[in-house]
Amino acid sequence: MAGNGFQSSYANDKPPSSTGSGEAEMSTDPASSSFFTSDFKRHEDLKTMLDSNKDAQKLEAMKRIVGMVAKGKDASELFPAVVKNVVAKNLEIKKLVYVYLTRYAEEQQDLALLSISTFQRALRDPNQLIRASALRVLSSIRVSVITPIMMLAIKEAVMDMSPYVRKTAAHAIPKLYSLDPETKEQLIEVIERLLGDKTTLVAGSAIQAFEEVCPERIDLIHKNYRKLCNLLVDVEEWGQVVIINMLTRYCRTQFVNPNLDDMGEEEDKPFYEDSEKEDSEEEKEDDMKNKKAPYIMDPDHRLLLRQAKPLLNSRNAAVVMAVGQLYHHCAPKAETGVMSKALIRLLRSQKEIQYVVLSNVATMTSRRKGMFEPYLKSFYIRSSDPLHIKLLKLEILTNLATETNISTILREFQTYVTSPDKDFAAATIQAIGRSASSIAEVTDTCLNGLVHLMSNRDESVVAESVVVIKKLLQMRPSEHKDIIVHMAKMVDKITVPMARASILWLIGEYSERVPKIAPDVLRKMAKTFITEEDIVKLQILNLAAKLCITNPKQCKLLCQYVFNLAKYDQNYDIRDRSRFLRQLILPGENGSVLAKYAKKIFLSTKPAPVLASKFKDRDLYQLGTLSHLLNIKCHGYQELPEWPESAPDSSVRNVEVVMPWVEKPQHSQQKKKKESKSFYSESESSEEEESSNSSDDNDDSSDENSDSDAENSDSDKQSSKKQSSSEDSSSDSDSDSDSSDSSEEDSSDDSDKVIKKPAAKPEVKSKSKKVVETKPKSNADLLLDLDDSNFNISSVIIVGGVASNDTSTGATPAGNMLTPTLASGIIESKSYELLNRITGSGLSINYKFTRTVSVFSPKMVSIELMFTNSGDEPLTNIKLGEKKLQTGMEIQEFSEIGSIAPGMRSTVLIGINFNDTTQPAKFDICTAQQKHSVSISAPVGEIIQPYSLIDSEFTSQQGKLSGMNENSGKITLTKDNQDAKSICMCVHSVANVIQVPGSNENVYRFSGKTVASGTLVLISVTVNDSSAKLTVNCEKMVIGTMLLKDLKNYFESV
Amino acid sequence: MIHSLFVINNTGDVFMEKHWKSVINKSICDYFFEAQGKATNPEDVCPVINTPHHYLINIYRNNLYFVAVVTTEVPPLFVLEFLHRICDTFEDYFNECNESTLKEHYVIVYEILDEMLDNGFPLAVESNVLKELIKPPNFLRTITDTVTGKSTGVSGILPTGQLSNIPWRRTGVKYANNEAYFDIIEEIDAIIDKSGTTVTAETQGYIDCLIKLSGMPDLSLTFVNARLLDDVSFHPCVRFKRWENEKILSFVPPDGHFRLMSYHIGAQNMVAIPVYLRHTINYREGSGGRFDVTVGPKQTMGKTVENVILEVPFPKNVLNVTLTPNQGKYSFDPVSKFMTWDVGKIDTTKLPNIRGNISLQTGSPIPDSNPVINVQFTISQMAVSGIKVNRLDMYGEKYKPFKGVKYITRAGKFQVRT
Repeated sequence: MAGNGFQSSYANDKPPSSTGSGEAEMSTDPASSSFFTSDFKRHEDLKTMLDSNKDAQKLEAMKRIVGMVAKGKDASELFPAVVKNVVAKNLEIKKLVYVYLTRYAEEQQDLALLSISTFQRALRDPNQLIRASALRVLSSIRVSVITPIMMLAIKEAVMDMSPYVRKTAAHAIPKLYSLDPETKEQLIEVIERLLGDKTTLVAGSAIQAFEEVCPERIDLIHKNYRKLCNLLVDVEEWGQVVIINMLTRYCRTQFVNPNLDDMGEEEDKPFYEDSEKEDSEEEKEDDMKNKKAPYIMDPDHRLLLRQAKPLLNSRNAAVVMAVGQLYHHCAPKAETGVMSKALIRLLRSQKEIQYVVLSNVATMTSRRKGMFEPYLKSFYIRSSDPLHIKLLKLEILTNLATETNISTILREFQTYVTSPDKDFAAATIQAIGRSASSIAEVTDTCLNGLVHLMSNRDESVVAESVVVIKKLLQMRPSEHKDIIVHMAKMVDKITVPMARASILWLIGEYSERVPKIAPDVLRKMAKTFITEEDIVKLQILNLAAKLCITNPKQCKLLCQYVFNLAKYDQNYDIRDRSRFLRQLILPGENGSVLAKYAKKIFLSTKPAPVLASKFKDRDLYQLGTLSHLLNIKCHGYQELPEWPESAPDSSVRNVEVVMPWVEKPQHSQQKKKKESKSFYSESESSEEEESSNSSDDNDDSSDENSDSDAENSDSDKQSSKKQSSSEDSSSDSDSDSDSSDSSEEDSSDDSDKVIKKPAAKPEVKSKSKKVVETKPKSNADLLLDLDDSNFNISSVIIVGGVASNDTSTGATPAGNMLTPTLASGIIESKSYELLNRITGSGLSINYKFTRTVSVFSPKMVSIELMFTNSGDEPLTNIKLGEKKLQTGMEIQEFSEIGSIAPGMRSTVLIGINFNDTTQPAKFDICTAQQKHSVSISAPVGEIIQPYSLIDSEFTSQQGKLSGMNENSGKITLTKDNQDAKSICMCVHSVANVIQVPGSNENVYRFSGKTVASGTLVLISVTVNDSSAKLTVNCEKMVIGTMLLKDLKNYFESV
Repeated sequence: MIHSLFVINNTGDVFMEKHWKSVINKSICDYFFEAQGKATNPEDVCPVINTPHHYLINIYRNNLYFVAVVTTEVPPLFVLEFLHRICDTFEDYFNECNESTLKEHYVIVYEILDEMLDNGFPLAVESNVLKELIKPPNFLRTITDTVTGKSTGVSGILPTGQLSNIPWRRTGVKYANNEAYFDIIEEIDAIIDKSGTTVTAETQGYIDCLIKLSGMPDLSLTFVNARLLDDVSFHPCVRFKRWENEKILSFVPPDGHFRLMSYHIGAQNMVAIPVYLRHTINYREGSGGRFDVTVGPKQTMGKTVENVILEVPFPKNVLNVTLTPNQGKYSFDPVSKFMTWDVGKIDTTKLPNIRGNISLQTGSPIPDSNPVINVQFTISQMAVSGIKVNRLDMYGEKYKPFKGVKYITRAGKFQVRT
């Protein structure tokens, strides 16, 4: 069994000996080659194993079933037994059941429905992996009855907290679409939302869904265009490919052709005539034209090209190729050169990749040879290359041939001709012919070489050279009498029909140049006529007819003889031909009218054949696509649109105003109040983005509002949609460019993830949003006011409102919750002095803790430095100098400030990783004039960041952190200090924490995490009339004690 | 995108299939077999085959064909690259990727395939993420699993890597000995013509790493002469901006083996060719021919050339060869007509030589060209391009790692035309 099993089945199919019924199983190995052991019994055994209550047995059974699925054997009759196990607790069993379900659900639709409720339940699981895999399986069950359920699940999943779940939701969209195309409209809405997602994980999959469902809705991209460009570098490689391909198409519809001036010329000019010289001349001309009407590239167009360029260094060939085709199709001609080096590098990869890259390069070289000319030698052929790669390289070498390099190429070709691979040798001869025809200088050399090859021993080589010589001679018939003579002599030796036919045609066509030989050849041919191939026979007839016209004296009888032979040939083509020729050449008494013109008909000069690249017509297709490779239009191929005459309105891509906050320091003070007011009127939830581009955030938050609505109820959804649409349209109207650079994007992304991770379990959302929703209109207005002034980071604090359990998890209804305490609890962050105006000789620096997640690293505390020049000289080149940090501490510098005029301010953001200590970070601030040593130390409350927990989690965590980790103390509260609001105020002023929702009125709980190590910090305040008990739990005892001290001091000072 | 995958062995047995969308019958593979039948050797099968309703995109690796079926337009490189990535993953998991290992670990294979693609689109591809989701087979674990009756092969939580912005590194890595090894491998691709002149020569370099460092180390590697590298491709962990501005490789490495970077030094630069061949191969009508080849070191910078192997594909009408090498062993395969001479080290005092007679089939014409000889060799402690690592610094962690750099030059596609 073992030996047998190893050969024909999987090793793991061996039944376990522990099951007890070992013997029965031995004969019933499901995947064994013995087909005739009763099927019935075999499955019976698996069914018993599946029904057993031991996980080990179930797992074993599932493994064997998956083995059958993997081998492609039918296991569908086990469906009922397997589907029961969908509820299995064991993850591996579950996984395997999922695998089985997706394979067979389509065949067993009714039974498959039994499993649906399990998935629906799993969709609400707190574990994101389980949510995601439930969605994956649910959407993979191709049963049309459940499309509404799938739709619902997808809609919910796109609003999931976890980007991983959102990614699977994006994957589920095309699945649903293929199952039921009717859902398209609804799916487009979902896609639109996903396109707005800011995480790199989702971007690629969202675009893939877009491409599969609604590639024609290019208008959905406008708003996300810049974001996609900026995120591009950080998206995973597979997503990059899809995004770049889509953006190529977008680019073609939205921008004007960067090569407009030279395009026409290039198109008209036959490629084989262009030489380096012409090229350069042409370029000069182009330059001239460009000067006349300067083309200015749209900044968005430039953005795409610039962001894509570093990807040429990707390790993934598909990404490199995608960037390559983007540059080929969308970049100005002068810039396309950057990709050639990268494409050459790909030639070193696996042969399959080589093949695809080479065929794309072949197309590119047929248009623009200059690009690859320096890399000519990289296309030299090795004897070990597979045939299809050899042929492609040959094609490229021929395309690249110019007067300067033709001699080296020909020398290379010479060695190829002797290759033992005859197909390759024949292709080389054709290539020689093509080079000869395109470069006049070498035609003679080539012809001589080819004539030489005609004495080759290999028939196919000879035949190929004859055919090529024929074509070449046809182009320049004036000379080369001796070649024709030589070929005429070879007629006896050559047996390949195509070659013989070519020789005969040549002799007939140029018979006047070999007047003595031609009739003799005809004589020989007449003798062997009946044994010739059809194609040769036709040429013999041709030769006879032509000779009869030019030299009737010698040939008329021969001609008649040949025609007579042909008259009784088996092939009707030949019979027809002879009949038709006879009428023209040897007219009877009543003479045909056409006969007079016979000479003109037969001996007119014929146009020379054009030897062009096979790849010339392939540039109809977008490079890098399957259609291009196969040169047919594949199913689902999206035509690459022609450039528009004039660019459509570019303002559609404007998203919101984002001002780089460093550039306009003078506004900072006056705007702050207004800003904070509007911001806090809608207290941001903890999942809010940090605010380096705060206007962006506005949009976000309103987005999230509508998210939460949709979850709550359908009616809410309506209103929220109205809100967001009004928001959208209004933000459309203000046009300013999104100038956030990619680094900002990146880091905002980081922080996004960081904050979201802890919140993964229950969906926490700000309760206070409810308030906002009641008057969405006014809120939107408020948000809009901010647009031009929101550059200040400092004022956005992540003040979590009272978090509540999401309704979907079915926990406490929101109505019972405490009303938000933070809506009015704005904590003006304290400003500290870093450098005094006097010691700093005019420069004074204040700093404050912004309490946002640092844009530089999630482990850093974000600190805003405000430089004020109170002297009368401008201060220049302000930068961070030497750092004297303790081990483990890090500091993120700010970019150098060019200059601050007297009386002006400038604000920058730095990040310091305090490594969870209150030790000061010492560093130097240098100006062009002076150096100042300064130090920043963070109060313990500032090295904490909010971390939302629910009530029960808080209690359990607090339980774990008892004993040494707990610090508590008593405080007395003044009268006006006992209400919830002021207590929250106090705690928030000291520490950057979030309130934990709870039902107990006298206990206030706050939770947070240290920034660097993520250690949990829990604060609870138990109010007892005028006194209160403060408890701080933290694993790091130092932090615990210090925080308690700070809190106590603050409460007492108020 | 990728609809289905079939794995086919050399004998034409479809021994594994996986469908990510609706099921496609394996009879689709007949189109593939047809194309395979036309090809003279396995490498010649066209990577993309067009059938009436499907497109078959295949790769050939380790004597296995991986055939992906797609139904709609898709960038072919996307699929090819992905198929190779699948094989790489299997190699990573099972140390090798061949029929017997795939069959042995079919459950894991199937789970990996299921995790890597969702609806035919890549989901979790990073090896570090996958290994957390599905544990690689491990002898010890197999035993404990059998004893306890539990299975620990599948993880129930989403690996943190999937969500972080460094998906290639898993968190909580701990080693007793912290080590970082860098192998700088350079391969010379060259074509040498009859007279010994170099037709074309290029260098392809790789930096393969084995990193066993605890925590989240942030490494930066600097070169003495970074200018040499004009065309590079990086593992996603490398910070491209840093390289562009300062020519420093700065990265948070994945755990374990990975390729940090590969570079290509084009044909425009001079490459020192380390070996030369002196050869006389001639055929005489009727009697066969003579074969005489000597290998010698050329520009080796004082290092020994090792593991020299010469491969000579003789023309089909050669019946046999009788040769005598003065060093090493040779073998001749009468079916493929391949002569392999395993030379070993080149001793400069007595150059390796092989000579003898070639016998041709009686009556067949003498071949019109001499065979192209493939040469393999290795030179350790030398990088032919002259690239040199300056220093390796580590930030973010406190311990002192053990660092090692190794240089190797070897022959890539090194051919001598005779």
